[in-house]
Amino acid sequence: MNSAEPASGSTGAGRRRPARPGGLPLARFLARRLVAAALLCVGITLVAFVLTQLVPGDPAAANLGQRAIGDPAAVAAFRAKYGLDKPVPVQYLTYLGNVLQGNFGMSQQSHRPVAQDLAEYVPATIELALFAIVLSLLVGVALGVVAAVNRDRWPDQVLRVVSLGGVSMPTFWVALVAFYLLFFKFGLLPGGGRLDPGMNPPPYATGFYTIDAALAGEWDVLSSAAGHLVLPSLVLAVYTVGMLMRFTRASVLEILGNDYVRAARAKGLPERVVILRHVLRPAMVAIITVAGVAFGSLLSGAVLVENIFSWPGLGQYAYRSAVNLDLPGIMGVSIVVAAVYILINLLVDLLYGVIDPRIRLT
Amino acid sequence: MTASDSPAARSRRDPAARSPWRQPLALVGAAFIVLWVLVALLAPLLAPQGPLDQLSPKLLEPSAQHLFGTDELGRDVLSRVIYGSQVSLPLAFLLVAFAAVIGSVVGGIAGFFGGWVDGALMRLADLVFAFPGIILAMAVAAALGPQLRNAVLAVVVVSWPSYARLVRGLVLSARNSEYVVASRLLGSSAVRTMLVDLRPNIAGPVLVMAALDVGNAVLLLSGLSFLGLGAQPPAAEWGAMVAAGAANFDRWWVGLFPGLCILTVVLAFNFVGDTLRDALDPRTARAIRG
Repeated sequence: MNSAEPASGSTGAGRRRPARPGGLPLARFLARRLVAAALLCVGITLVAFVLTQLVPGDPAAANLGQRAIGDPAAVAAFRAKYGLDKPVPVQYLTYLGNVLQGNFGMSQQSHRPVAQDLAEYVPATIELALFAIVLSLLVGVALGVVAAVNRDRWPDQVLRVVSLGGVSMPTFWVALVAFYLLFFKFGLLPGGGRLDPGMNPPPYATGFYTIDAALAGEWDVLSSAAGHLVLPSLVLAVYTVGMLMRFTRASVLEILGNDYVRAARAKGLPERVVILRHVLRPAMVAIITVAGVAFGSLLSGAVLVENIFSWPGLGQYAYRSAVNLDLPGIMGVSIVVAAVYILINLLVDLLYGVIDPRIRLT
Repeated sequence: MTASDSPAARSRRDPAARSPWRQPLALVGAAFIVLWVLVALLAPLLAPQGPLDQLSPKLLEPSAQHLFGTDELGRDVLSRVIYGSQVSLPLAFLLVAFAAVIGSVVGGIAGFFGGWVDGALMRLADLVFAFPGIILAMAVAAALGPQLRNAVLAVVVVSWPSYARLVRGLVLSARNSEYVVASRLLGSSAVRTMLVDLRPNIAGPVLVMAALDVGNAVLLLSGLSFLGLGAQPPAAEWGAMVAAGAANFDRWWVGLFPGLCILTVVLAFNFVGDTLRDALDPRTARAIRG
């Protein structure tokens, strides 16, 4: 290959790639993703608003007493007070303004502001989901690599059934069965709640009991908090392990077909080194994307199982809101979960750019 | 090593053996689907009691008389589980069909016309993707009111965007092909081009996606019922029955059996769907081993 570009002199040896127009590619990449994420967040509030508009029935009728609803002046006053007499787009802007200020309305079941409830419940769920995603990544990626390396032999066949079984199990049912067997029947793991009964939560710093307990040096609380995380996160991980296994297997298989893998083997590298250094690292790009999706499904799973484990998180709150048809509560949970999900996907996008430099240039 | 005699080795040599209908997993899955369809059709003949009959003492353990025990109202769990297939299976097929049709129409329009139509429709799809499925479905079902019909609608609302994305991609790649351009030059309308020229090339992948989606639909729908946002008591619906089991968790049989039904149905569809995808996806089907 001979270079067609003009010789840049002996001093600029390292400069082969011309700078792209329009500033730093990484900065532009970041800015684009941030704007997209912010727009999505606004879009979520629009969805939540439209859904609240769908609710049959008149809010005035629901909130005013029997007598007041017969009094047109009282109804008009109510509607004026809450801006219900304004056109719908104006109502949306009011709603958006409120949400941006952290005002999600009053919960009809706890009679407290939804935002206050959420601030209490969100850390419990995030701690649980983080625990579960780490567990799922360790187990799911390892098993996926085993399956890919043994392609079409018996370990692969067995693991295929395992992973399909994992994604086919209704999480709420796994929770029930695991709770019955591991706690109620055999007492192997602590049951409900975040701590042993009678134990006081550690002083608040992050809302994560494990971290707060460690910060405060309360080791018995730490071990109790960690123990209580095991059962629910195992249950949540059943689905995500299955999911991550399938994707890991597929992306490892794709990479195993590359010439550079053959070259690495040909030069006599041990298989372990080939897999860890030459296969797993490029495979991580795809795996991390899926891990973002997996985190979303962990949040969904939490909604379904937290109630069974008396886990005082978003899921239990969502369950109670759903059962009592507490719409502000449900919308609050939806907005927060979607926002967390968008944030996670943003992080995944950024990580992606870090791992694979080609992506931030396109 | 005698690996060359294994079925796997044979399948590598002989591409015909890779046909999805020769794979044991797909066969097992298909068998289970047929079995469940038969159970749903023949439910009145198979079930020892009606789904709502309260003929026995409450919470009896499984026995010869009540193979799966009785629930908190003295109803036969086996009978309820059998009748439950009449709820979950038809609804899952129905809602996947709806989601596939709506998603395909939206995706087709977006891909065919492009421009701002495409932008607007795809941003809408992005918006739905921004929610984890059950969360949005929960919000929709709660807003519309807790009813099975609304839960089905809610699952359709969260399911159509994947079809829209798929079909849009397929239409975009076919839009400028010669047969489409030729058809347009001959004066056929946009609708005719889409229905007559494009549809046959898009139906295959959409069907595979739908097959893969039935399992998800069953999971989502039973999850909503478990939360109390779908089927209402006393209906015999599997998710709602697991919820009854959670309320009586020390009586394991109340929740175990309906959950097993959900698992076998979803697993069956995933076995078939996974095999179909493997067979049709050239990347996983022909990855080279070193």
